[in-house]
Amino acid sequence: MQKKKNKAVDTKMTAIAVSAQLKKGKRPRVSKFLIYILCIILALLSIMPFLIMVVNATRSTTEIQQHALSLIPSKYLIDNFKILTGKSFNPMVGFMNSMIISVCSTLCTVYFSTLTAYAIVVYEWKLRKPFFTFIMAVMMIPSQLVSIGFYQFVYKIHLTNNFLPLILPAIAAPTCVFFMRQFMIPSLHLDIINSARIDGSGEFYTFNRIVLPIMKPAIATQAIFSFVASWNNLFLPMILLTRQDKYTMPIMVSLLKGDIYKTEYGSVYLGLTLTVLPIFIVYFLLSKYIIAGVALGGVKE
Amino acid sequence: MKKRRNKKISYAKYGYIFSIPFVVTFALFTLYPIIYTIIIGFTDLKGLGAVSFNFLDDPFQNYKTILESQSFKTALGNTFRLWLWNFLPQILLALFLAAIFTSKRHKIKGQGFFKVVFYMPNIITAATVALLFGSLFGYPMGPINDLLVSLGILDKPYFFMQDKSVARGVVSFIQFWMWYGNTMIILISGILGINPDIYEAADIDGASGWQKFLYVTLPNLRTILVYTLVTSLIGGLQMFDIPQLLVAKSGPDNATLTTSCFIYNQAFSGSYMYNRASAASMIMFVIIAILSVIVFYLLRDRSEVAERKQMKKAKKEMKQKAKKVGV
Repeated sequence: MQKKKNKAVDTKMTAIAVSAQLKKGKRPRVSKFLIYILCIILALLSIMPFLIMVVNATRSTTEIQQHALSLIPSKYLIDNFKILTGKSFNPMVGFMNSMIISVCSTLCTVYFSTLTAYAIVVYEWKLRKPFFTFIMAVMMIPSQLVSIGFYQFVYKIHLTNNFLPLILPAIAAPTCVFFMRQFMIPSLHLDIINSARIDGSGEFYTFNRIVLPIMKPAIATQAIFSFVASWNNLFLPMILLTRQDKYTMPIMVSLLKGDIYKTEYGSVYLGLTLTVLPIFIVYFLLSKYIIAGVALGGVKE
Repeated sequence: MKKRRNKKISYAKYGYIFSIPFVVTFALFTLYPIIYTIIIGFTDLKGLGAVSFNFLDDPFQNYKTILESQSFKTALGNTFRLWLWNFLPQILLALFLAAIFTSKRHKIKGQGFFKVVFYMPNIITAATVALLFGSLFGYPMGPINDLLVSLGILDKPYFFMQDKSVARGVVSFIQFWMWYGNTMIILISGILGINPDIYEAADIDGASGWQKFLYVTLPNLRTILVYTLVTSLIGGLQMFDIPQLLVAKSGPDNATLTTSCFIYNQAFSGSYMYNRASAASMIMFVIIAILSVIVFYLLRDRSEVAERKQMKKAKKEMKQKAKKVGV
C-alpha cells in the first residue's frame, strides 16, 4: 500500500516537473550548453599554458623558432637537459634546498599552530581572548613591512645564506592557528582530555598522544598549503640567499630569465617544467583534500 | 578535603606555556623586524652590508623623498590598476560560476573536475608562471605570436611586452587566472552554507533565479565577500613575483612597476637605500590599513550594528535605573 502511494505521488511530482519544464521552454537547455562551453574554455585556459610548456620542453630551439605552438612532442628532451644544466641552472640543488626549507617549515607550522590553538581552545586563562584577537589582527600585517627590518636583523646575526631564518619564523603562523582553532572547537571534546588527566597523563603528553591524532585531517590540509606556500616563496629567499649552492627552486627559475638562456628556448621550457613537476604531482594526488581545504578556509564567521 | 583540592587544580598556566613558542617567534621574527623597519625609515641607513646608522635631522626626509618620487607614484598607480583589473573580472566570474555550480536548476556535471582544473594555476609557483607567460608572449617567436600569425590575425609578430597596456593586461590576467578558482571555491562553500529554508521560502514566494541570487545569495555572502575583498586587496597590493619576472626592467616606462618591486629595487639593488625602502613600506602599510578599515566600515552589517547599539542603549538604561534604585 505504502509503496503504491509513494509511486502515485512520484508520478504526480514528475508530471508537475515536466509541465513546469514545458512552460519554460528550451531556455535552460541552451543556457546549460553555453555554461558547459564556458567551463571548457576556462579549463583549456588553465591547462594549455602548461601543456605548451611541457611539449616545448621536448623540442629543439630551431623547432620552436619555426613554430612555437605545437602539441606534438619532439625528441630533444635530453639535449635540452644538457644545455640547461651546462649553465648556472642546477635543478637538483634547487630541489634539495627547497625541499629542506619547505618540509622543516611545514612541520614547524602545523605542530606549533596546533599547540597554540590548543592553548586557546582548551585552557581558561586570563589573556586567552585578547591573545586570540591579537592573532586575528596579526593576520593583516603585510610582509613588506617586515622584510627590510628582517633582512637587517638576519644580516646582523650573520645568518644570511642559512636556512634557519626561512624555517623558524614558520612557528608563528596566525592563519594556520586560526584554522586549527576553527577545526578544534567542534571536534575536540573536553571529556577526552579530562579522562586522560584522571589516567595521570601530563598535559604535554595528552597533546602529543591524544590531541594530535584527532587533529590529523586539519593538520594534513594545512600541511599541504604551508608546504606549497613555502615552496613557491620568492621574495625572502631572494634577499637572504646569495650563494648559488643555497638557491631555492623559485630563485633557480628567475635565473632562466638571464641573458645566458636568451636563445635556448627549449631548455628554458624544460627548466620551468622541472620546477613545477613536484607541485603537479602533489596537486593531482591530493587535489581532493586541497579543494576541501580551500572551501573550509573560506567559511570564516 | 584532599579530593576537593585535587579537583580544583588550575590548568590555566598551560595556556600560557603552550603559547610561548608562538609569542617568542612572533616577537623575534615579526615584531622586532617591524619596529626595526619603522626606525630605519627615519635614518640614513644605506649601502650594501651597512648596519650602523644615524637619525636624520629632518625625521621625515625619507618619507618626503618617497612621496615626491615620480617612480613611487607610478608604482602606486600601477599597483592599484593591476589589482583592480584582476579583481573585478575575478569576483564577477567567481560569483557567476559559484551561482551556476550550486544552482539546482542547472545541475552542472563534472564539477569536481572543473574545480580541480580552475584552482590549479593558484598552486603553481608564481615565478614559474611569470616566466612561462613571458615565453608564451615572446617576440619574435612565441606561441601566441605563432598562433595569431598562423590564423592571419597578425601580419607579422608583435612585440607584446613593449606595449604598455598589453604588459599591464598580461599581469592583471595572470593574477585573475591564478585566483578566480580559489575565490569560486570559497564562494561555493559560502553559498552551500546558507540556510536552505530561506531559498525554499523564496521559491514559495515565486522568486526567479535572478531574484534569489540578488536578494538571498548576495546579502548572505556579505561576510565572505568582505573577507575575499580584504585578502585580495592585501595580497594584490603586495604583488611582486609576477611583475618582477614577467618583463625585463618593469616593462616600457615602468608600466608594470608595483610598489613591492619599487621597495625591492630601492633596498636590494642599485645603491641599497634601506632607509627609503623602509619609508615606502610604512607608507604602503598605512594605505593598506586605511583601505581595510574603509572596506570593513562600508560593508559592515548595518542591521547588526543597529541591534548592537540598541542593546548598548538598553544596557545603559538598565544601569542607570539600577543606580537610581540603589540611591
